[in-house]
Amino acid sequence: MEWLERNVPKVVLAPSFVAILVFVYGFIAWTAWISFTKSRLMPRYEFDGIGQYERLFAAPRWDVAMNNLFIFGGLFIVISMVIGLALAIFLDQKIRAEGVLRTIYLYPMALSLIVTGTAWKWILNPGLGIQQAVRGWGFENFTFDWLIRPEMAIYTIVLAAVWQASGFVMALFLAGLRSVDTEIIRAAQVDGIPTHRIYSAIVIPTMAPIFLSAFIVLAHLAIKAFDLVIALTGGGPGYATDLPATYMYAMAFSRGDLGQAASSAMIMMGVIFAIVVPYLYSELRPRRDQ
Amino acid sequence: MTIKSVLAASTAMMLAAPAMAEPTAEVLHWWTSGGEAKSVAVLQEQFAAEGGTWTDMPVAGGGGDAAMTALRARVLSGNAPTAVQLKGPAIQEWYEETGLADIGAVAEENGWADVLPAQIAEHMKCEGQWCAAPVNVHRVNWIWGNKQILDEHGIAMPTTWDEFNAAADKLQAAGVTPLAHGGQNWQDATIFETVVLGLGGPEFYQQALVDLDPEALTSDTMKQVFDEMRTIRGYVDPNFSGRDWNLATAMVMNGEAAFQIMGDWAKGEFLAAGKQPGVDFVCAPTPGEGFLYNVDSFAFFELEGEEKQQGQALLAKLIMGPEFQKTFNLNKGSIPARTDVALDEFDDCAKQSNQDMNADAQDGSLLPSYAHGMALRGAPAGAITDVVTAHFNSDMSSEDAVQQLADAVANAM
Repeated sequence: MEWLERNVPKVVLAPSFVAILVFVYGFIAWTAWISFTKSRLMPRYEFDGIGQYERLFAAPRWDVAMNNLFIFGGLFIVISMVIGLALAIFLDQKIRAEGVLRTIYLYPMALSLIVTGTAWKWILNPGLGIQQAVRGWGFENFTFDWLIRPEMAIYTIVLAAVWQASGFVMALFLAGLRSVDTEIIRAAQVDGIPTHRIYSAIVIPTMAPIFLSAFIVLAHLAIKAFDLVIALTGGGPGYATDLPATYMYAMAFSRGDLGQAASSAMIMMGVIFAIVVPYLYSELRPRRDQ
Repeated sequence: MTIKSVLAASTAMMLAAPAMAEPTAEVLHWWTSGGEAKSVAVLQEQFAAEGGTWTDMPVAGGGGDAAMTALRARVLSGNAPTAVQLKGPAIQEWYEETGLADIGAVAEENGWADVLPAQIAEHMKCEGQWCAAPVNVHRVNWIWGNKQILDEHGIAMPTTWDEFNAAADKLQAAGVTPLAHGGQNWQDATIFETVVLGLGGPEFYQQALVDLDPEALTSDTMKQVFDEMRTIRGYVDPNFSGRDWNLATAMVMNGEAAFQIMGDWAKGEFLAAGKQPGVDFVCAPTPGEGFLYNVDSFAFFELEGEEKQQGQALLAKLIMGPEFQKTFNLNKGSIPARTDVALDEFDDCAKQSNQDMNADAQDGSLLPSYAHGMALRGAPAGAITDVVTAHFNSDMSSEDAVQQLADAVANAM
């Protein structure tokens, strides 16, 4: 009985622990192994060295995918945070109907990325959307055809993703703003400090953990971005808007090239680790001030 | 009746029982759209009429990608379906990975070798044994035209790419979109292979896109092909990105564009809209000689169990049966793979397709389509498509394109 009492938490946690061990870490190990083999249509298990990685880095399409990841990831995270923070600060000014406005800004997050992608595909289509509409108003020379220009198409994905995610970032920041101690702000106001200084010197620094959380959420959204690309551009024009995730999908499911897919998946995981590990390190180390 | 005879009779019954077992078949395919589903239903009925039990396993999506994923999962778990819609070199690739059932007995009994063009029969064999049954032959290198527009501007169906360019320039000057096209990788690849065939001829096509000869891939002819692709890029409308092929077909139908280069599944769209070949639309082979085929087929996995093997044999027999080949292809828009099926009920485009197939089979210009997975395995075919679509959608020079083409092919081997 005593043993049971002591071990109930362990017994209860064991199944999910085993499931995660097998289905997450087990399959990561499996994928890592496949990435070192000559697997094509079906997995093969003979070790073959780093040939798949050499092929991967020799493929121009993978270069495009990685460049797109950095362009898309960087712009998406920065712009979403800036817009989210700005919206949160404006909403924090004790305005009327805040609840309604907050819901409106948060609503895009309720949509599936497929819906967002499809809607923006129509909005950005030069023959159906904004370009056609503005030309219809009499501006005959107006062009907004990013969607069909290979060098600009990746920015349409940034646009749609920012539209989707900035409301969510706003909600995060708003919660952060509300948690700042009002006493300090009142004291600052009494001292006659201008509002923008209160935000830049007091409020935003105390919100540092929120920034980190927002960054982590957005960063992993960016790296695993897949459905938005599929719905909005299908990776096109050509493969100009390919991301690592769509590359991996194409290799695994359309081309019967499991080795390439596995090696690209391992590189994606490496990118995620590069972001998440420092975060975990900073979160998990013992705080000196406690 | 003595006990002995009862015993003998019951033993005979037991011995005969396996032969009486009902053939069963679980069939994995991705024919789920209207006309296709109707075609599969025909096969299903015939199978049931012969006393078989059919388990349908349609997996839609991704032009067969989803079905292939399902197949891989089934094979990995040691539970392969009885019959699978497979085509082209993928049949041999699967044969090397897992082995496929030998259906030589059915093939010989029904004389397949005599009724199939040799090139197509070759696709159905794994190391010389029959392992798949062809259903149909799609011709890929078709060009479709809106008859009204063409008559209005006095344009005949082009027989060389120069004529095509001249016609397109004329149409463009008159404010008509010359070519309806959808900016999807495989559609770019479809145009590309017809241009390779048209400008290079059947022999060059064989060297470049079947044998992947590096010299052919970097040759001046290939540069001309990319030059022509650049010219063709100028003939499509600005909204072509991501458009589905059937919407492009609709543009030709509705007079928004003059031509479309697409396989004969486009004909199905015209016919479904009540358009008449030769009256509302015209079909012609793309400029140049030769015939690019895309053959759908079923392959059979090696399975235990008498009733499953009987199911495979019955299915193989039915698929190649003249009756099914006719009904199926009338629904699907393609032509029968068997050359001895009467084509009276087919339209003129199909008749021409059949005539050309038989003629081209003789002189070696009956060739597998690379864009539709008949000529190459997945990885090299995909690598070529990457270069083609990147070139088509950017301002890459033809010199860079041929270099990238050779590099990509070498990297994919």
